[in-house]
Amino acid sequence: MTFEKIIFYLFATILVLAALRVITARNPVHSALFLVLTFFSSAALWVLLEAEFLAITLVLVYVGAVMVLFLFVVMMLNINIDVMREGFIKYLPIGIAVAVISAIEMGIVIIGNFGGGKSPEFTRKSADYSNTEAIGQVLYTEYLFAFEVAAVILLVAIVAAIALTMRTRPNTRFQNPSSQVIVKKKDRLRMVNMDSEDKQS
Amino acid sequence: MITLADYLVLGAILFCLSLAGIFLNRKNVIILLMSIELMLLSVNMNFVAFSAFMQDIAGQVFVFFILTVAAAEAAIGLAILVVLYRAKHSINVDDMDSMKG
Repeated sequence: MTFEKIIFYLFATILVLAALRVITARNPVHSALFLVLTFFSSAALWVLLEAEFLAITLVLVYVGAVMVLFLFVVMMLNINIDVMREGFIKYLPIGIAVAVISAIEMGIVIIGNFGGGKSPEFTRKSADYSNTEAIGQVLYTEYLFAFEVAAVILLVAIVAAIALTMRTRPNTRFQNPSSQVIVKKKDRLRMVNMDSEDKQS
Repeated sequence: MITLADYLVLGAILFCLSLAGIFLNRKNVIILLMSIELMLLSVNMNFVAFSAFMQDIAGQVFVFFILTVAAAEAAIGLAILVVLYRAKHSINVDDMDSMKG
């Protein structure tokens, strides 16, 4: 067994166990943290496949942004865990059945097509090959339109997320900067003429 | 050596686990969203494996776009979840029955 194979099976085992804990953990915070672990181990597996750019992107975008968002939401909401777990035992048999059946089906397809030495071997790229450069070469030429559509999708997501969650409470007090700026001296200051008062009295 | 079949089996296992997760946690919308993220990860795993073994960079470009769309989906999904929680004070799927569906 080569060193590479040991690394692969180590990370694959961590990945599967963490994914199992994501769906079985009692506490949603633990689920989110185990999901972070699955993303980290799959990033390691992608590095093994010489897809460094996507591995880094997975860690930065998913672990750094999406999972932090998940954790924020999980911690912000007050979730009654016991009520949430009610159907767990009830749906356990059918969940396992569906998972096992689909695993067997996919296994048959994969073994039938790639089993018994028919699976292609991984050929290493030369040392000066840059995965990021290769992706950039096609991303900004062949897939330029798709790239721009992706940018628009992200913009729409920003607008939608803000528009959905923003609310103006009726009794919120806030400043109006434009009326602050246009205020004149006569609006604020009133000159009053009054007689000087006597000191002795 | 690690073969393509190893990565495909790993992706299949991951997909089945997330499928089971959708069945097991059908009351908790947050775990459902996490299961969908796991599913997307397993699909991405297949894409990257095929791309690396077939020496075609297009698969990795596809994974890049899937990551983009998944991030947008997670942001909007969580925003909807927060709005739902404000309205119903619960994220239990059973409580979302006001349309009698």
